[in-house]
Amino acid sequence: MAGTAVRGRLTWQTATVGSVVSETARVRTLSLSVPDWAGHRAGQHVDVRLTAEDGYQAERAYSIASAPGEPLSITVERLDDGEVSPYLTEEARAGDQMEVRGPIGGYFVWDALDGGPLLLLAGGSGIVPLRSMLRHRSRLGSTVPVRLLYSSRSWADVIYRSELDQPADGVTVIHTLTRQQPPGWTGYARRVDQRMISEVAWPVGGGPVGGGPVGAGPLAYACGPTSFVETVASALVAFGYQTRRIRTERFGASGQ
Amino acid sequence: MEPLENGVLDGNGIGGLLLEVFGTEMTAAVSICAGCGATSQVAELAVYQPGLGTVVRCRHCDTVLMVFVRARGVTCVDLWGLTSLA
Repeated sequence: MAGTAVRGRLTWQTATVGSVVSETARVRTLSLSVPDWAGHRAGQHVDVRLTAEDGYQAERAYSIASAPGEPLSITVERLDDGEVSPYLTEEARAGDQMEVRGPIGGYFVWDALDGGPLLLLAGGSGIVPLRSMLRHRSRLGSTVPVRLLYSSRSWADVIYRSELDQPADGVTVIHTLTRQQPPGWTGYARRVDQRMISEVAWPVGGGPVGGGPVGAGPLAYACGPTSFVETVASALVAFGYQTRRIRTERFGASGQ
Repeated sequence: MEPLENGVLDGNGIGGLLLEVFGTEMTAAVSICAGCGATSQVAELAVYQPGLGTVVRCRHCDTVLMVFVRARGVTCVDLWGLTSLA
């Protein structure tokens, strides 16, 4: 059984694009149909491989945007110098096919048993795996308290805007818009720093209990550009979080 | 997850390669650096993909922990920078 499961994840499968949805000017969500898709955990990713007519192959990893149990979808940000993202965001259409491998990941994942309270920290397209976690939490009917701190350049760059505007019970979404803010904006308007973290993060001792290992305290997931992740992780450690309660995933240049 | 030209930045992004090489999920595995003794989960290690392969370094001392090079359908693996990986 285990061998079959590993082979399934190891092999490249053909995925067919179902739909392409625009999240922002540079970001698209593609739904993918994979015949033998075995499901995934919140936070995992897939490897996508494109093969050109001349046989040249390019491979990239994309976080899964959907929750376990939902149809597979990935959210991709177009990077100007990218080899794969321009195709996925500008060219891909329903019916197009590509190779997909996965799901992959066992570190940057959240299951109900991990408990909380959860502190989710997203920089730009780093929101993608965290959104999968939020949707998973909702589908489970989990009451684990969540705070999401989401850093974007401007309101127009916020991915999953309407979904995050109506968060589930127990979820608080805090935005910071680093370059441009809409008129009347009273929220954070700068890059994440120590002071913001200390105002947003669940306190380490005496905070709400959220299930999971007894006495474990809050669990943080930080995803985004390297500079964002490192600033956040350092700030959390300075705030008192143990490094084993901080999970990180670094993306390429985006959103900042 | 792609930066300007290259692929991956930490061990999360080479989860597929590691699965292929080791036959099991490895991003949560704990590595011990032979250079400085630092322990780290693979997902947190620094990964570079200069185009000739994949290089994994210790974030604390920069020691090369793992190198993966693919040639003629075979992946060559060098783990000399690791004291252990479990």
